[in-house]
Amino acid sequence: MSSPRVEVIERYCKGCSICVEFCPTKVLEMDAFLVKVAKPEACIACMQCELRCPDFAIKVFKD
Amino acid sequence: MAFDYDKYLRPGKLPHIWCPGCGHGIAMKGLIRAIDACGLEKNNTAIVSGIGCASRLPGYVDFNTLHTAHGRAAAFATGVKMAKPEMNVIVVGGDGDGTAIGGNHFIHACRRNIDMTYVIFNNSIYGMTGGQFSPCTPTGAKASTTVYGNPDPTFDISKLAIGAGATFVARTTAFHATQIDKLIAEGIKHKGMAVIEVLDDCPTTYGRRNKFRSVVDMMKRLKDIAVPVAAASKMTAEQLEGKVLTGVLYKEEKPEYTQQYAKVIAKAQGA
Amino acid sequence: MAKKVALLQGNEACAQGALYAGCKFFGGYPITPSTEVAEVLSVELPKVGGKFIQMEDEIGAMASVIGASLTGSKVLTATSGPGVSLKQELIGYACIAEVPCVIINVMRGGPSTGMPTGPGQSDVQQAKWGTHGDHAAIALVPASCQEIFSETVRAFNLAEKYRMPVQVLFDEIVGHSRERIEFPEPGELEVIDRQTPTVAPEQYKPYDTSFGDVPPLAAFGSGYRFHVTGLNKAQDGFPTTKASLVDDEQRRQLRKVDAAQAEIEKNEEYLTDDAEVVIFAYGSTSRSARYAVNELRKEGIKAGLFRPITLWPFPEKRVAELAKKAKAIVVPEMNLGQMVLEVERVAKGDCKIGFLGRVDGEPINPGQIIAKVKEVK
Repeated sequence: MSSPRVEVIERYCKGCSICVEFCPTKVLEMDAFLVKVAKPEACIACMQCELRCPDFAIKVFKD
Repeated sequence: MAFDYDKYLRPGKLPHIWCPGCGHGIAMKGLIRAIDACGLEKNNTAIVSGIGCASRLPGYVDFNTLHTAHGRAAAFATGVKMAKPEMNVIVVGGDGDGTAIGGNHFIHACRRNIDMTYVIFNNSIYGMTGGQFSPCTPTGAKASTTVYGNPDPTFDISKLAIGAGATFVARTTAFHATQIDKLIAEGIKHKGMAVIEVLDDCPTTYGRRNKFRSVVDMMKRLKDIAVPVAAASKMTAEQLEGKVLTGVLYKEEKPEYTQQYAKVIAKAQGA
Repeated sequence: MAKKVALLQGNEACAQGALYAGCKFFGGYPITPSTEVAEVLSVELPKVGGKFIQMEDEIGAMASVIGASLTGSKVLTATSGPGVSLKQELIGYACIAEVPCVIINVMRGGPSTGMPTGPGQSDVQQAKWGTHGDHAAIALVPASCQEIFSETVRAFNLAEKYRMPVQVLFDEIVGHSRERIEFPEPGELEVIDRQTPTVAPEQYKPYDTSFGDVPPLAAFGSGYRFHVTGLNKAQDGFPTTKASLVDDEQRRQLRKVDAAQAEIEKNEEYLTDDAEVVIFAYGSTSRSARYAVNELRKEGIKAGLFRPITLWPFPEKRVAELAKKAKAIVVPEMNLGQMVLEVERVAKGDCKIGFLGRVDGEPINPGQIIAKVKEVK
């Protein structure tokens, strides 16, 4: 089974950092005013980031 | 697989107008997931709103959408539903829109128990006009028109809805993202007036005036104050101080308005 | 075959006219002196599968009819001056969003609560200027029960044809008078339905001017998904602040009525051909004026009556012609000078203008008009 994949849609991201804060495995980091996927391999596909992103800017693909 | 929001979004309309960290986007996503879960047909669904930040939602979604005047959404929606009862009618809007200028329409839609789902995005402030206090701003809080602290008592929207006669009333927060769609879906399936209050935050006009250091702080507060109804029953009044109940707060089966009117038609036609 | 005849109150005739026009939805709020319109429709609409709803307030009533109209129904609300004041917000919404609807104003005195059971004609400028912002207005002013019936039908036709709110104003005297009316046979009066789109749903734009100044309007639930807003919008219905698009749309919304004025305008003239004094009168006042014309003629005074049935858009061209021909125009109305301002504006000083206003809750009688004509001529 391949690991989950997190995708940030930069043109939608407003840099609120909610996803960074609530990611339990610290996959995401702030990079200036936008979010970047810093540790993709740590993603457990819990969906916390996607569900709480107010801007439709994060997608988590489980397979 | 990630949830496909694009199926319900109008192409080219994002990014939305809401500020960084505004909970409205989280609630909107919950609404879309709920609509998907209920299998509502786009052509047969109307989304109606008033004026304000939350009321901009209909412009982004691919349904029959009606962005009306300040406070009037429930009354427009009543016209849509009465004229075409087979349509699914969903109303969205903020706390000021729904309970101040639109308070009369809101309580009477509840009283009629007309079959619609009213999702009220309660960020306890008038955001679009720059942060004036709303009927839901906590007493003592700062707003652009209450710099000395808000002297007004606050509305409990859910209690207001129950008191007015809504037959499904639920509350959740923008933190509890998965609960948003579950409660809205339950509201959509409910035959009658369903009110789902989503507590969320306005970091821009409320947070900065009320000493929240960040969007994340505001989200954490939502997490902290929420107490599920079942858990609350085992808590003391002291423990419940400053908390809000979440989950299904009220549910009752009662005659629905358009069905009642169908009986009027049958009677008038001599059936 | 003899026509169906009845003795009807003006308000009842209005409700019957609405049914004839195919009205399927009424949203209202009780107010004197218009309530009978609602009462009749609460009985009759469900018989034809229509809907009647008594809303929580006047604004809600206006909102409900706009919402219902967007589902494709022909819709009506009825009220009086105070109610129209409350409805102004959403009359403006119906203007900008271009949603057909008919608003009945059975006029009483004012301002505010005024004299609820007395007649007035003091809402006539409100019918044009009541809601904020630039907008077109159509207002009809029938003067008898029969005419209330036919003008209500015409109001629906104009609302549907031009995609806009249309107001029908009659004073309490006409609204509460009982007169014999003949019911037109089905098909006898023209009944117009709104134009709906012929393009595929993907191509549909709710304000698409390639179909002319009155774009077709789809119904909610018909497979055409579109957005409706009270914001300035582009042809696709979505909000815009782009200057050229806002300007285009605003101008088109005025132009659609301006360009159709000849079709919308309706006047009645009585003995104006050789008239030296023309009485400009509408509603119940025009009935006193007609009597006055006959009496003045008996005395050798060449009087005539110009009676607008469409008050807005104002019959500018014809009133200007009459001002050039006549020595004077006398304007009696149950207000303190409203339509006389329009007459003065259009006459441009070509003749004398006399004004007779009455606001004490009593009708203007022929004797008053006769005296005013003699004074002015």
